[in-house]
Amino acid sequence: MRLSEEERDILAGKLGPVPRLALEHQVKVGDFFGAEDCVAVTQAHVMADTESLGEAGVRWLERLAAEKEGRRRVRIPTITDPRGTDFARAAFLGQTRAMVSLEERVVGALVKLGVMMTDTCINYQTVQPATLNEHVAFGDTGVVIYSNSVCGARSNFEGGPSALAAGLTGRTPRYGFHLEAKRRATLAVRVDFTPKSLNEWGALGGVIGRLAGHYWAVPLVEGLEASPGSDAFKHFGAAMASFGSIALFHMPGVTPEARRRADVAPDPLPQVGVTRADIEALEKSYRQDDAVDVVVFSAPQLSLLELAELAAQCDGRRFAVPLLAVTSPQVKPDADRMGYTATIEAAGGTVLSGMCFYQSYAREIAEAKGWKRLATNSAKLVNILGGYGYLPMLASMEQCVEAARTGRLK
Amino acid sequence: MIELHARHAIGSPVTGHALVARDGFSARYDLDRVQGIFSRPAHKLAGESYVGKVLVLDTAKGGVASSWMLHEMASRGVAPLALVFNSVNPILVQGAAFGDIPMLAGFDGDITALVPNGAQVTIEPQKRVLRILQV
Repeated sequence: MRLSEEERDILAGKLGPVPRLALEHQVKVGDFFGAEDCVAVTQAHVMADTESLGEAGVRWLERLAAEKEGRRRVRIPTITDPRGTDFARAAFLGQTRAMVSLEERVVGALVKLGVMMTDTCINYQTVQPATLNEHVAFGDTGVVIYSNSVCGARSNFEGGPSALAAGLTGRTPRYGFHLEAKRRATLAVRVDFTPKSLNEWGALGGVIGRLAGHYWAVPLVEGLEASPGSDAFKHFGAAMASFGSIALFHMPGVTPEARRRADVAPDPLPQVGVTRADIEALEKSYRQDDAVDVVVFSAPQLSLLELAELAAQCDGRRFAVPLLAVTSPQVKPDADRMGYTATIEAAGGTVLSGMCFYQSYAREIAEAKGWKRLATNSAKLVNILGGYGYLPMLASMEQCVEAARTGRLK
Repeated sequence: MIELHARHAIGSPVTGHALVARDGFSARYDLDRVQGIFSRPAHKLAGESYVGKVLVLDTAKGGVASSWMLHEMASRGVAPLALVFNSVNPILVQGAAFGDIPMLAGFDGDITALVPNGAQVTIEPQKRVLRILQV
């Protein structure tokens, strides 16, 4: 990689060991991908839940945080993805003191590094969305695909260590979706129906993710001429990223880089079709039981609008099985203030904040609570939780709420 | 001896037995990292131990967690010996760099068809080479 004078100084340790370590890591990754140089980024978003970090990752963060004040802080606004717990509800979730202690240590270390503990995977709805052509280093696949596609920003998937490195150096290697040429569509997907609910948008994203199949694929999605809104795009993108590792899609006339098809697809593309039967088949493939142990709304965290809709559906009901709704620390106070939390909890549900279900020791929660058959309206969540020993089932918010009331998913 | 050349590489040389499948890889979605086995029921290697193996798979899947998780698995000695993929996403590369796990990616042909399951292989990232020593 071509390095600037400042970057050479960082690597020489003139700014201390923390930025040197960060840039050394970035150069290794940049060299792998043949990056020519680094690009300045305006924000970083760090995934650092302790189920992923383990003791080893926590110690690594603590070593960085032990550097003296003035030589350890991030250089650009650096925010966090969800924590591995809602500290106020850890006992309810069956989480152990050891898990909570690891989380507390991570918070302590990240704060010393100057990181803002936003604990959200919907920062584009709650903190500050990235803007057209803005280079960022975001570290949640749902955040990246939304920011790249819906906002027109430029980010690769940045894992926790890399996103933190970007925060510490204010730059990232220029490869992948920072390059114009990599942002062109690679296949056209024609959809012959318009999803109606968030679970259908998620299922459609999942089907397209599977079809596209890998990180470097950029689907051009046609047949959906009107914007479905932020929450639908959130589920659509998060599922596409989850099922297919996709980081960017275009929708002509809707997403900002594709005002016209030719803007992102100057040449003919391989074409595939997706029908309603394809998303029904995906949903059906997860229907292994009709009994439900727990209902979870999470992944991504719920917006205020989703919580409002959920509260309306919970109003006056009484649940037979636990119902969890997970949101961000930015949304939770509004949900409290507007009475949504009280309505959901009066029905027997629980509103959690600052965590995400699958990032919060989901396997251990299953064992502690005896939860196996899980209903959700998140296609991303059903894709993930199979590996954690759950039987996850995908259904609409309305069906999930009814399942919480009866213990059966219709 | 068959020699296969990769377009991208990172890490130090290793020799070990290959565990091969035409399937994807995500540390969070696919693994029981405590037991060191593939745990997602639909994965072609479900139930198989990956510890100390040269994992030969098609492509990287899933989320950003793998970059922390490879480091964490390596710290407990329950990591793959090396990762060999047809294509990778940045997360796995960042994880290989952070966890100090050798990786090769990008071959002429499908690497999951070129390397027999169980074969003894050597990886030399500096030369971007995988050698099949014994089938």
